[in-house]
Amino acid sequence: MPERPGGGLPVRKTYKLFIGGTFPRSESGRSYPVTSEDGAFLANAAMASKKDLRDAVVSARRALGTWWGATAYNRGQVLYRVAEMLEGRRSQLGDEVAAAEGLGRRAALRLVDLAVDRWVWYAGWADKLAQVAGGVNPVAGPYANYSLPEPTGVVGVVAPRASSLLGLVSVVAPVIVSGNTAVVLASETRPLPAVTMGEVLGTSDLPGGVVNLLTGRTSELAPVLASHRDVDGLDLVGAEPDEAAGLEMAAAGNVKRVLRPGPVEPDWGRPPALRRMLAFVETKTVWHPVGI
Amino acid sequence: MRWVVQGLRGEMGSGASPASVATHAVAPAATDRRGPVLVGGGSEESLRRFLHGLPGVDQVGAEARAARLAARSIKREAKLAALDLAVRCVDLTTLEGADTPGKVRALCAKARRPDPSDPAVSPVAAVCIYPDLVGLARQQVGSSGVAVASVATAFPSGRASLRVKLADVEEAVAAGADEVDMVIDRAAFLAGRYGKVRDEVVAVREACRGRVLKVILETGELSTYDNVRRASWLAMLAGADFVKTSTGKVAPAATLPVALVMLQAARDFASATGHQVGVKVAGGVRTAKDAIRYLVVVNEVAGPAWLSPGAFRIGASSLLNDLLMQRATQLGGAYAGPDDFTLD
Amino acid sequence: MELTAWTYSPAPESRQVVSLRPSYGLFVDGEFVAPRGGGFFPTVNPATEETLAEVALAGPEDVDRAVGAARRAYEGRWGRMRGTERAKYVYRLARLIQERARELAVLETLDNGKPIREARDIDVPLAAAHFFYYAGWADKLEYAGLGPSPRPLGVAGQVVPWNFPLLMAAWKLAPALAAGNTCVLKPAETTPLSALVLAEICQQAELPPGVVNVVTGPGSTGAAVVSHPGVDKVAFTGSTEVGKGIQRALAGTGKRLTLELGGKAANIVFDDAPLDQAVEGIVDGIFFNQGHVCCAGSRLLVQEAVAEAVLDRLKQRVETLRLGDPLDKNTDIGAINSAAQLAKIEELAASGEAEGAERWSPPCAVPERGYWFPPTIFTGVSQSHRIAREEIFGPVLSVLTFRTPAEAVAKANNTPYGLSAGVWTEKGSRAQWVARHLRAGVVWANTFNRFDPASPFGGYQESGFGREGGRHGLEAYLEAGDA
Repeated sequence: MPERPGGGLPVRKTYKLFIGGTFPRSESGRSYPVTSEDGAFLANAAMASKKDLRDAVVSARRALGTWWGATAYNRGQVLYRVAEMLEGRRSQLGDEVAAAEGLGRRAALRLVDLAVDRWVWYAGWADKLAQVAGGVNPVAGPYANYSLPEPTGVVGVVAPRASSLLGLVSVVAPVIVSGNTAVVLASETRPLPAVTMGEVLGTSDLPGGVVNLLTGRTSELAPVLASHRDVDGLDLVGAEPDEAAGLEMAAAGNVKRVLRPGPVEPDWGRPPALRRMLAFVETKTVWHPVGI
Repeated sequence: MRWVVQGLRGEMGSGASPASVATHAVAPAATDRRGPVLVGGGSEESLRRFLHGLPGVDQVGAEARAARLAARSIKREAKLAALDLAVRCVDLTTLEGADTPGKVRALCAKARRPDPSDPAVSPVAAVCIYPDLVGLARQQVGSSGVAVASVATAFPSGRASLRVKLADVEEAVAAGADEVDMVIDRAAFLAGRYGKVRDEVVAVREACRGRVLKVILETGELSTYDNVRRASWLAMLAGADFVKTSTGKVAPAATLPVALVMLQAARDFASATGHQVGVKVAGGVRTAKDAIRYLVVVNEVAGPAWLSPGAFRIGASSLLNDLLMQRATQLGGAYAGPDDFTLD
Repeated sequence: MELTAWTYSPAPESRQVVSLRPSYGLFVDGEFVAPRGGGFFPTVNPATEETLAEVALAGPEDVDRAVGAARRAYEGRWGRMRGTERAKYVYRLARLIQERARELAVLETLDNGKPIREARDIDVPLAAAHFFYYAGWADKLEYAGLGPSPRPLGVAGQVVPWNFPLLMAAWKLAPALAAGNTCVLKPAETTPLSALVLAEICQQAELPPGVVNVVTGPGSTGAAVVSHPGVDKVAFTGSTEVGKGIQRALAGTGKRLTLELGGKAANIVFDDAPLDQAVEGIVDGIFFNQGHVCCAGSRLLVQEAVAEAVLDRLKQRVETLRLGDPLDKNTDIGAINSAAQLAKIEELAASGEAEGAERWSPPCAVPERGYWFPPTIFTGVSQSHRIAREEIFGPVLSVLTFRTPAEAVAKANNTPYGLSAGVWTEKGSRAQWVARHLRAGVVWANTFNRFDPASPFGGYQESGFGREGGRHGLEAYLEAGDA
């Protein structure tokens, strides 16, 4: 936390969860200390419990109708608004990312800028994805037939462990742009930028519950998320390699769509692609006769 | 069928007079074997509401169903039964400007005894001709059981005043017609003047004095199956004994899906009113295979109760010889040739 | 004499077009070979219970051989082949299926019990159409929306069910081959024969050895295929229960997976529906292929105002359905595929009665030998009844009613499945609204059970993931070139 130029004690922030558009502490009352890359104490983060996760899923499910029911244009505007709000927090997040990831401020700010740009990139997809991923199918008969992508539903995201902000944005934006809602487990060791990102989302016209952010022990929460029967999809990008298989297995209980982790965390600086959006959409095909 | 009954009652109830079928019925003549006219009263608007309240017909689905039925494979005994039935359901037809007494005599002879070499072949249901030839036909068919059907009402276009149309009918009836095939006013129907169409049918029915009334919808001009269904209902409500597809002068004439839709209407009408109305397909039915397809549709859509000349007719001319040829093939095992049957 | 009942004489399709061998080996590396496990098992005609042929039972060693052959083919000639050449092979398969269509149709009917009309008019032509459609993709993969240079995945292990044996094999093989993969196909235990003829067709097409391999056997053979470490991609069509097991088994392996699982589709009929066509759609929806259809419209949701009218018409229509000899061209309802499936249908139907629903079937003579179940309609069904929740996979329709569009959609979606759904209404905006709100991969509006190679098919939720058919079907067999 930077010193005040004029002297005096800075006011510290309490890092809380983000559930249903509000910022509660964990219902369990637990927290855990978060340290910087070099071991210095940064803050206490809320240690979400199973019940917090359950509440987050309920919020996400509730928000689904509103968010998916919004026009694609509207979702695009909201995502763009997120970019605007994030830009305004650039300096704060620069400090937080620098501390979390052990980077110099310049390098950290570059990541924040990339995160802003990523929101902008995905914002533009909201009203284009259906045109690219859907289409008209020329069936051999007197039928109008079209396919369109629809959101999978509530998607659980185990956010990247290393890239605390850019990685987070790179996995959350593609989930929600198509109309899904998300329950996100932030990086366990680098959760603070995620909490601030939640604060940005909370002031960005995003309906409450579309994104829910939990901080805490991944090993405690991820299995609950993976086996939750009201969660429809699961991005395991941030799961520990030795835990991913177990989570994938648990996800089979209700045939979740699972995006598996690669051997190493992706380079989030590379340009994004369709893949993460397509992982959590369902193709619906509608037939209707054509006649008089 | 509840929806039908409710629809009819709704129709009755919307009029000014007390709502009941009985009070609205045009009382039939005492000798009339037919059912009541169900919409004798009621405004144009209430008639429109009723007809447009009928369930729609999805073209693709109706045609797919007809195509599926057309794929039925009718063999051996079933085929022979179908061919015999088809012969008995034929309205042997000639409706040409060139029809002469000679032509009509030949037609009547063929109708009475379709296959001179096989007395087991039944006569056809009727001969169908222009009104001026009714007297001659009446004389020719004699007591064979073959009915004389006359087209009337300014056939085929129906473009004449009601007075002229009724005179046409009266002359045919006076000359001895057993059945009258009238045309509806398609222009009025397409313009939504359903009351006018109904009133004409009711008037013609009265002029028929108990003769069988077939109402030609000319489905080729109605354009949609929805219209075919509505026109069928309109004709049935007005007292038709048969609803008939076509004059044979407009393409397309009878098609399998059109027959399907009309048979569904007849089935629903019977189920709603207890009164059976027949269906006649006319025009374009040339082969035994076609005829059997229609019988399959009759059987599976309206039911076996329609499988008789009293409830199903095929208006045709060259069809008859193909039926006879296929029948001979079924019986003899060898394919017959066209010269085995008389050309009339 | 009037015809009081016009009974159609039998019109059987000739069996002579099929020459069955007494026994069939496995198709591995382009040849029919004896199983190393040594076993054979019979496949029977469910309409007569006669044994049609003995079929090899592939054990793990046989599966290993097949996967090895597929791997060699992938790393060899097939993997290096240009798309234009691959396309021509797949086109050949399409043409050969068309040439042998009649034989395949009769064979499918013999082994499966489905009416010859359906095998002839639906299964076989659609199978050929799938190969024809995907053949054209083989040299156009860069336009499939997966980046400039999409790559095949390798060896695909494909497990297909017994309800559409040839068609499901086509759905699996055609996109896999077009995308450049090689395949190990495992047909269902009770319906292996058409896949073996398809193997002969691969020979006739001179497909390079190992590109398509067919291993027959029971569930254990399928398990050996999906768990084989040499398989890069698994495609499964079958029950949700088995599908979940496969998803678990594949966890952590990195193998790509697509699942096409069960369903409990709602068919929603509004009061303004084209009723006669809706009745046809209901009949097609549940009685097509004896209801052995994952996307069957097994739950009829009918608006209360027309419930009675729809049921009257439906019953009238069902009375005209003809059950019996599947080879008779006039048969509408054939045999249940196996004794085990029949027992399952009977058990669930009994539960329907026990739970208080009213059971109705038309008067319907059932042949003495073989496995048969008459078309059955349950009325007075509520959402909580087992027959409204569980997939019956038989000719059994559960009828429920609703009052408002919102209620219809809520009831339709109240299931863990989400494969297909139907909606019948003449109001266009309502059809669109309902289609949008149904959680199902295929929505048929004013029609039902229509299939086309260009049209993606697959489920939401526990009906599986991935699509078969259309451009989307390629995604299951390609790695994006931009990842």
